[in-house]
Amino acid sequence: MVDNPKGGNNKKQVDFKELAPVMKQYANVKGSLITILQKAQEIYGFLSPEIINYISKKTGVKPAKIYGVATFYAQFRMEPIGENLIMLCKGTACHVNGADTIEESVCEHLDIKDGETTEDGLFTLNNMACLGCCSLAPVMMVKTTDGEETYGNLTKDSVKDVLDSIKERARR
Amino acid sequence: MRVLVGEGSCGIATGAKKTAAELEKQIKEKGISAEVEITGCVGNCYLEPIVDVYDDEDRLTRYIKVQPENVTEIVDNHLAAGRISEDMTISEKDKEFIEKQKRIVLRNTGRINPEKIEEYIEKDGYKAVEKVITSMTPEEVIEEVKISGLRGRGGAGFPTWFKWNAAKENQGKNKYIVCNADEGDPGAFMDRSVLEGDPHALLEGMIIGGYAMGATEGVIYCRAEYPLAIKRLGIAMDQAREKGFLGKNIFGSEYSFDIRIKAGAGAFVCGEETALIASLEGERGMPRLKPPFPAAKGYWQEPTNINNVETFANVPWILFNGGAAFGAMGTEKSKGTKVFALAGKIKKGGLVEVPMGLPLREIIFGIGGGIKEDKGFKAVQMGGPSGGCIPASLLDTPVTYEDITKTGAIVGSGGMIVMDESTCMVDMARYFLDFTRKESCGKCNYCRIGTKRMLEILERITEGKGKEGDIELLEELAGKVKDGSMCGLGQTAPNPVLTTIKYFRNEYEDHIYRKKCTARSCKALIKFEITDACVGCTLCAKKCPVDAIAGKVKEKHVIDQEKCVKCGRCYEACKFSAITVE
Repeated sequence: MVDNPKGGNNKKQVDFKELAPVMKQYANVKGSLITILQKAQEIYGFLSPEIINYISKKTGVKPAKIYGVATFYAQFRMEPIGENLIMLCKGTACHVNGADTIEESVCEHLDIKDGETTEDGLFTLNNMACLGCCSLAPVMMVKTTDGEETYGNLTKDSVKDVLDSIKERARR
Repeated sequence: MRVLVGEGSCGIATGAKKTAAELEKQIKEKGISAEVEITGCVGNCYLEPIVDVYDDEDRLTRYIKVQPENVTEIVDNHLAAGRISEDMTISEKDKEFIEKQKRIVLRNTGRINPEKIEEYIEKDGYKAVEKVITSMTPEEVIEEVKISGLRGRGGAGFPTWFKWNAAKENQGKNKYIVCNADEGDPGAFMDRSVLEGDPHALLEGMIIGGYAMGATEGVIYCRAEYPLAIKRLGIAMDQAREKGFLGKNIFGSEYSFDIRIKAGAGAFVCGEETALIASLEGERGMPRLKPPFPAAKGYWQEPTNINNVETFANVPWILFNGGAAFGAMGTEKSKGTKVFALAGKIKKGGLVEVPMGLPLREIIFGIGGGIKEDKGFKAVQMGGPSGGCIPASLLDTPVTYEDITKTGAIVGSGGMIVMDESTCMVDMARYFLDFTRKESCGKCNYCRIGTKRMLEILERITEGKGKEGDIELLEELAGKVKDGSMCGLGQTAPNPVLTTIKYFRNEYEDHIYRKKCTARSCKALIKFEITDACVGCTLCAKKCPVDAIAGKVKEKHVIDQEKCVKCGRCYEACKFSAITVE
């Protein structure tokens, strides 16, 4: 977490330059809080107290209220994430087709649990339901700097190969 | 010649983009006159990536599982020389998967390029809305929808015309029409398929609905997990505006209407109308008491109508072909067709659109081809976390709103997850309760805490710690959670538990009293053992992640039960069927 909860736009840790135009567009449009939070997360990867305070200042919505909205929805994160976000589908079809064993395999291979980030900062694992690729169950989507890619018909071993190839690409 | 590559999310996941790129490269290099176009989900999801070649007489040849390395053969033989590569085309049996369907909602997905409005227009797109706006009154539109008998395809099955009419009758400064594209049921993906494959059908349906009730603005609340859907919707909206189908004075009339997209942020409870509205307003998605219904006081306290994607996608067809044509399909109370997302332990998974009233057996075995590896059918789960599991004895149930509700499940949004003998029904109940417990918004005590307590009981049963009286306690709590919850989430959350107890009570009893999981799925209740068939190949010992298997080469191996984590790797690795699970 960012260590200065007071926030403000003169802090070194967060540069609000990119968020400023978003605020200009949405700060005064009623009902835009979720959109603002989505854009902020797109830019910074997560919502730090500094960011929440900045949004509060610009919109006039209390930080507690913003925090309340952010924690209600699965999409928002309060912690930084790794370079690659693994979204492991635990929807019904994936569950029936062994998503739990895929999760075990990922956890074992990367030495993290759901919601955690690897030490090298390369991967964060997020279980979710559902990606809507049910005929390819079990499925996962990996969000990398190049965009999202979906992998289907996973097995305990193939999921490791996928992760290794992403690792390999990151090294290059 | 037209070459179509199925680039829905599932097609892309199997490598359709690489296949399409290779096709384009080779066609260009070899100077062949053929266009490569993308299209949405073709429907045979289990055969992706799919490449459809339409010749100049519009005859279709469908190539299946086309990876980049197979492209040369198609290009050199078919596209260049007109010789069909029969061994790569779809089999007669698999063709039936589509031929046995009646596609209305999915009429264009997999046939047109969703990013080109011209292709939608070519398939009579935007003709219904033109007819509506230039020659029909709002009352006539609603009457036509009433004749069709269309009911909400999102879950509750409420008559669409009734909601439209209520929103029309209520007065307000503004009126809104909202599309629920949040598709929350984990196991349903027809809405994604329409959004990705035929976004204009949704837009056209919304414009018609907007006209009927006098709405000024439309909002599509789309799942953030569907990035491709959001992208294609955006393209479609821009194109529709350019053509004058959206915006001011549509078709030169007085009527003005525009649509915008709002990305949802991930909350199952937002399937509930009042919660969805709260979310649209930037709040926590918590439901409120009804009445007032959204038709009276919805988005920003104005009259609002909410339908889901599939419902809207039916509308242009109904107005173009007439309500009676739609109403002629299906049964007396469940008219028209419905799309089902067939998945789980099924041979041919994908989207199936059929007239309502077809028996479950016909959908699962006739169209879906039966159970993977020809195992025994155990149950089909319908309606997701709000629905239930239907056992083999009820396979002849016709799929209508009424008949499915009688079984304890619901039609819901149309998810059909098929389960075989290796699926533990207690674990399924646990799975769904875990889901609803996490997704409860927390407003009602029984939903917030009751689902948690139910989950704890189910967890202890699957961990082999079930106690006498647990089943009865589950039933009691289930009743209270249903009664004590304000919205549909809590009211239906106990359904997966109640239906599994109703039809599979013996499995609960096996877990509790005999400490056995007959599906051999609950880890705490199973044991892996090596039999005398073992030849001592050492493969299992090498695969074991916790070194729980010991033994010398060419001698029978033994599993240390203390160390064993029951991952099943040895069982899968053994080539001599020498490992048993009990």
